[in-house]
Amino acid sequence: MKVIKFFLVGIFFGIVLVKSEAVSWYRIYEMFKFQSFHMYGIIGSAVFLGALFVWLFKVFGVKNIEGNQIYLIPKDSGFIRYIVGGTVFGLGWALAGACPGPLYVLFGTGVISMLIVIAAAVFGTFVYGVLKNKLPH
Amino acid sequence: MEYLLKPWPWYVSGPLITLIMLLLIYFGKTFGMSTTLRTLCSIGGAGKYSDFFRFDWKAYRWNLIVVLGAIIGGYIAVNFLSDGSAIALNSQTVADLSQLGFVNAGETLLPAEIYAWDNVLTVKGMAILIIAGFLVGFGTRYAGGCTSGHAITGLSNLQWPSLVAVVGFFIGGLIMTHFLLPIIFGQ
Repeated sequence: MKVIKFFLVGIFFGIVLVKSEAVSWYRIYEMFKFQSFHMYGIIGSAVFLGALFVWLFKVFGVKNIEGNQIYLIPKDSGFIRYIVGGTVFGLGWALAGACPGPLYVLFGTGVISMLIVIAAAVFGTFVYGVLKNKLPH
Repeated sequence: MEYLLKPWPWYVSGPLITLIMLLLIYFGKTFGMSTTLRTLCSIGGAGKYSDFFRFDWKAYRWNLIVVLGAIIGGYIAVNFLSDGSAIALNSQTVADLSQLGFVNAGETLLPAEIYAWDNVLTVKGMAILIIAGFLVGFGTRYAGGCTSGHAITGLSNLQWPSLVAVVGFFIGGLIMTHFLLPIIFGQ
């Protein structure tokens, strides 16, 4: 059960991303062209409900499965890494039409060439790790 | 069943993504897909080159299980839960794409112009996939998260850094879509 619950959440995640069309290159293009509400509706409603429930969890001190109070680790402070790193990722997101989750899901839909993008993304992460101490954060 | 097989509207999909995030939080974890790229680096021995990859990756195995599930979920969705309906794109989007040489926009999830093998196996096509992947991998780690970690989880937790990162996502995405894609694909 320990492992299978993550497996089941993953399957559900893959199905939702395909059925929502959030894995579609075309939907990402359309979003950045501001020509449809679809992606904004997905992300907006997910964030709105997410904020509501995270707040409720805090207010009511909801505990997780391990019996500890639910707590989300705050992001490190900083500005440059978020704006520059975010922009670099945005360039890739709009070109590949996929962010990391969809990269995997799309491979599962049968797009074998996605493995090239995944391999390049692993390499990009590796290069960041090597250059990390030389980059402004 | 009919509703299951059709594309799901945003007001169904968005709340379901919230549910996925909440489940992972309830399981004592967090929702962040780009972290798996770092874990893959560690498994591949990247710790030899940078201490950034020297961590107990076994503690992140659960996230790779999520990835495995996501791959299978993608397979299930297209093979058993789809009626093959085209993506209902804005007609202006289809017209704009046709200007760039993209035909049949919305009939599949991804454009053949980028992902079909006869285009992938050209120097330009291969370069597009490698550069796109590199930017995604480098950018997400530099920014400390992607759509799931920053846009969904970070914003839900009212984190300023995540808002800055999401602004960055849009700066990059708008530059690519409005200025670079026309250069890359325009005739």
